[in-house]
Order: sequence, then C-alpha cells, then structure tokens
Amino acid sequence: MTDLAISVSGLTKRFGEKTVVNNVSLDVRKGEIMGFLGPNGSGKTTTIRLMCGLLEPDSGEGRVLGHDIRTERRAIKRKVGYMTQRFSFYEDLTIAENLSFVAGLYGMSPKRQVVKDTIADLGLTARKDQLAGSLSGGWKQRLALAACIMHKPALLMLDEPTAGVDPKARREFWDEIHALAHGGLTVLVSTHYMDEAERCHRISYISYGDLIAQGTVPEVVQGAALTTYVVTGGDTAQAARLLRGALGVDQVAPFGATLHVVGRDAMALKTSVEVVACQTGCNAELSDTSLEDVFIQLMGAAQDNMQ
Amino acid sequence: MNRFFSLHRLVALLIKEIIQMRRDRVTFAMMLGVPLMQLMLFGFAINIDPKALPAALVSPTQDRYTRAMVTALELTGYYRFIAPNATEDEAEDMISRGEVAFVVTVPSDFGRRIERGDHASILIEADATDPSVASGAISTLSTVANSALLREAGQGHQESNGLEIIVHRRYNPEGITQYNIVPGLLGVILQLTMVMMTAMALTREVERGTMENLLSMPANPLEIMLGKVVPYLIVGAVQVVVVLVSAKLVFNVPFVGSLSLVLAGVFVFVLALVILGYLLSTVSRTQMQAMQLTFFFFLPSLLLSGFMFPYRGMPAWAQVIGEVFPLTHFLRLIRAVMLKGADFSAVAGPFFALVLFAFGLAVLALFRFRKTLD
Ligand SMILES: Nc1ncnc2c1ncn2[C@@H]1O[C@H](COP(=O)(O)OP(=O)(O)OP(=O)(O)O)[C@@H](O)[C@H]1O
Ligand SMILES: [Mg+2]
Repeated sequence: MTDLAISVSGLTKRFGEKTVVNNVSLDVRKGEIMGFLGPNGSGKTTTIRLMCGLLEPDSGEGRVLGHDIRTERRAIKRKVGYMTQRFSFYEDLTIAENLSFVAGLYGMSPKRQVVKDTIADLGLTARKDQLAGSLSGGWKQRLALAACIMHKPALLMLDEPTAGVDPKARREFWDEIHALAHGGLTVLVSTHYMDEAERCHRISYISYGDLIAQGTVPEVVQGAALTTYVVTGGDTAQAARLLRGALGVDQVAPFGATLHVVGRDAMALKTSVEVVACQTGCNAELSDTSLEDVFIQLMGAAQDNMQ
Repeated sequence: MNRFFSLHRLVALLIKEIIQMRRDRVTFAMMLGVPLMQLMLFGFAINIDPKALPAALVSPTQDRYTRAMVTALELTGYYRFIAPNATEDEAEDMISRGEVAFVVTVPSDFGRRIERGDHASILIEADATDPSVASGAISTLSTVANSALLREAGQGHQESNGLEIIVHRRYNPEGITQYNIVPGLLGVILQLTMVMMTAMALTREVERGTMENLLSMPANPLEIMLGKVVPYLIVGAVQVVVVLVSAKLVFNVPFVGSLSLVLAGVFVFVLALVILGYLLSTVSRTQMQAMQLTFFFFLPSLLLSGFMFPYRGMPAWAQVIGEVFPLTHFLRLIRAVMLKGADFSAVAGPFFALVLFAFGLAVLALFRFRKTLD
C-alpha cells in the first residue's frame, strides 16, 4: 500500500470539441487536506467527478484509495464520500428520511441508531421531520456533509462545500474537517475562498483544464515570484489611475484606503511605484504577496493564453 | 453482501420512491383520477343505450307490410321514423347530412313478392360512422322485421320464402361493438399513466441533480431500475382494480373469461409499460423530453393498435407497424379473454409477445442506463 489516497495522472476529459480537463496529474497523501482552486468553469467539478467514477476519462489513469478509477468504480463509491456542488439530496424528503435513505444504500446497521446519532450530531433533532427543501442554504450544506460522512468514508471529496455559508458556520465546518483529517480521513475540497485555501495542507490550482500550480500555500506564493507594494496615504485614487498600465505593474487593487500593487518584474515595478508615489505624495512599502494576488495573476495569465 | 444485488439497497430505494410519490399530491391524484375520469367519460358516452335513432323510410307503395314492419321497428324503441315517406334522393341527403341514422328502403314489388311467396328483400343502410351506436339497433332489426312480416303475411302464406334483409353499414364497413371499448380503455389508461409516470420519475432525478448523488453511492443499475419500476407496478395494480371493478359494476361489461388469465396478461403488460417508461427516461435529459417521447409513442399506438380503428381494416403496412406496440397485443389478449372467454392456448401468441416486450425492453434499459454522468 502506498500512502497516497489519490494518485491520478494524465487525466483528460472532453465534452465535444472542448477539452475541459487537460492532462491533469494529482497526488493526495492520506490524511491530507488538499485544496482545489481555480476560476469558474476551470474544470474542478469535472476533475472530481472523474475521480469518483462518475465520469469516464478520455485518457489518463489513476487510483483512488488503491482502486482503479476506470474499472473499480463500485469499490471507490463505497469508500468515498462525495458532496456535490449543488445540493443533491431529495428536497421532498425530510432530513430523517434522506439520512435513512443513505444509511440503507450503504447497508449501515443499526440503521435507526446511526440516523438518530447523525441527526443529534447535527443538532437537528427538533427539525428532523422538516423537508430538506425547506432548509436554509447553510443547513442544506451541513446536512449534505453529514450525509456523506455517515458511512465513514476514507476519502472525502467536497465540491465548494461552504458556498453561501455564514462565517461562523464556515469556521465550524473547517474545524470539523480538520478533526476528521486528524482521524486519518483524506479530504479534497474545492473552494473559491482564500482563507479556506490557507487552511489546507496543500493546494492545487487548475486553470481552464490545466493544473498550473501545486504545493503548500507558501510554496505556491513563492513559485509565482511576485513583488507587492502597499501604497498608503495621499491621493491613492490618483495613484491607482497612474499605476494602471504603467511599466512592470500587473495588478492594482484598492483595499480601503490602501492600494496593493503587484508585478512580476521587480525592478520595473519598483521604478514605477516610486515615481507615482512621488507624484501623488503617497507612501510605498514592499509587502508580502497574498495568495489572492497570486491567483489573480494566474487567472490573468490563463486568459492571456486563451486569446 | 452480493455485489450485484442487495435487498437493503433496493428497500432503501423503494421506501424513498414511495415517500416521494405519496408526497407529490398532484401526481398521485392524477394516477388514480385519470383512469376514473377517462373511464367515466368514455364509458358513459358509449353506454348510452342507442334508443329512438332517427330513421327514414323509402317505400313508394306504402303497403300494409311496410306499415306493419315500421310499427314493429318503432315498438323496439330503437327507431323513430322521422321521414316515413321519403324519396330515394331525400333519404340519401338526410343520411349524408346525419339527420337520420338509418334508411330503410322497401322496393315497390315487395308486397307482391311476399304475397306470391317469392324471395323478397329490403335494404337497410346504416350510418356506421359511429358503429358502436348503430350496431345495437341493427342487431335487433332483422328479427323484428322478419317476425312482423311473417305475422302480417302468415295467415294465407304458410311457407314464405323468407325475407332477406340486406344491411349496408355505410362509412365504416367493420363495426365494433361497444364492449370492445372498456377493456381496450384499460389498456390505454395503463399505457398513458404507466409509461409517462415512470419516464418522468427517472428524468426528475437527472433534472434535479439528485442523480449525481445517487450514482456516487453504491446503488447499481438493476437496483435503481427496480426501485423505480416496482412502485409504479403497484400503482398500475390499483388502476387495474379500479377499472375492472367499475367495468363490472358501472358498465356491466360481460366478463366471461378467466380472471387470473386477465390479471396475468395485465401484469406482463404493465411490466412492459413501466420498463418502457424507464427506457424512455434513460434517453431523455429533461422531464419535458420524457413527456414528449411518451406522446410520440402514445398517439400512433392509439391509432394503430386496434383501439380506435379495427386492426384488420388497416392496410398491411399499418398492421405491421401496429405489431410493435405492446398495446396491440394486450388488446387482443384482453378482448379475447374478457369477452370471448378464450383460454390460455388461444391467447398464448399475444401473451408471449408481451413477455418478449417486457424482457427485451428491460435488457435494453439496463444497457442504455448511464452509469456515469456523461
Ligand atoms: N456534461 C457537460 N457537458 C458539456 N460541458 C460540460 C459538462 N460539464 C461541464 N462542462 C463544461 O466544462 C467546463 C468545466 O466545468 P466544471 O463544472 O468542471 O467547472 P468548475 O471548475 O467546477 O466551475 P465552478 O467553479 O463554476 O464550479 C465548463 O466550461 C462547463 O461548461
Ligand atoms: Mg464546480
């Protein structure tokens, strides 16, 4: 046995003419939380579906929990918990009915007790007979998560599990994921939130089908080799206008009264920023590049490639 | 636990499906309401006893034989001679405009022939566009007319050559009896509701996105199919009971054959329909598509199965097409058993045709089922 929960290589998936996943290779170690990031439509959901055996890859192969993703789908389905991006339990069934359906499919016993405990853990005992469709978005997500971990999977694939969930619930959600990972569960989680990416052990960044960055957060930030200045004081609005399109400047983003200026060419950026700072009476300081800056940069680069 | 089939998974799927079915009030009401409504509409429309149908008499001589016959016919209650002395042209006009349902033509030498004991004949033309209405009246006609004439002529002419009554069922040479319709209706009702409901049930999962979740859990195609098919079989069984009981109690449709043979035929038919619905749902992506496919299938089968038009009256190519519909075989089976009391050997052909449909469709459906989302 290897210590890899997911090991896929060269995964490619086309829908008609369009290559949605292009030669993606991904290794996820056991007990690791892997963040899966990328802009909308970049192929995250498709990649996850390929790995749970819901889609047939056009080429490439791999193993999930030691099972071949092409030939051993049944075994994979039994051991993986997959939480879909869109709520996909039955809205016309109650919370309890949905959970007993899942418990029945996995043949869990004693079924009643398992369902009862799950509902109690969720804190939904009082509302167990409420229709799932009438739950709020955040509660639907929690119900879905509870349903996918009920059968004690060895690997969790979560597709944007916290979209539309409030900050407190999100924090609790991540605490739970960390607790599960600590217990040996492997988690692959797609997200658009930077703070969530930073809570992952490692992240992968996919852009329009291509996996273009992988590693821990510091590794990814470092790999992007960006320089960032924070411009404060003075007329930042005027500074932003002048900096946009200036030599060496790739991104200008206002954050309240401050301005983040990011570029790949450190020398050119320095010159431009200093000149503008002088003109507008602002203060410019070198700063740490954030993960968000890196992602915006990666997205911009991909779009350049597409044109 | 068996890799390919497990009872606990099937039970989970069944419970889920039945709860959903029960909760979807409109659909549930439709499943029982549609058969009842159709049965009442069709059933009562055809069950009106065709009394006092307007008729015209073309009789240039208007002799006593003619009068005796007209009186006897009116006494049956079926006929009402609204034009007792029409010319041939007038009568032709009236029947073509639908003002009369019958034209009785008595030739001018009719009386003389009867008196001489010669061969005599009268012509009855019936508007058979609505054959179920006309046939009851026609069937009483010859006996009534014959005995009336014999009585009238009987005294002096013991050995009459008899009377020949020539009946022309116009506009529709092959009459269908009214009882044909209720058993046929059972087939049509089952076909519409079963195919449509099942076809929508699976596409609903695709449309709502629950299919993705279902497929990511360890349920296999056979279990998923049975989980969908069995609940609708139960609904079908309820419909069958409703229709058969009301056929008996409300419409007095004769039931001369074996009930168990009818039920066996119905079971195989419903099974084939439900699986057909399931098959349609594997090729459609939305409930709308599933519904359209159902109707695409439903209309030709209604026209070509022998429900609307007599099967033997159709051109050969249409009969060949008619064979591909389970309804065609079901109609043969149920009419033969219910109305003619046919035994198994007599309906083995249509019965095994239905079995073949059910089996073939099931194989096709399992083959077509997408285990993945593509
Ligand atoms: N079944 C399908 N048929 C055709 N195209 C598809 C199908 N599924 C996905 N796509 C296309 O593949 C591309 C990638 O989609 P995917 O859902 O994997 O993106 P994503 O990274 O999950 O996006 P998001 O962040 O918005 O969820 C999209 O352009 C989408 O239109
Ligand atoms: Mg997605």
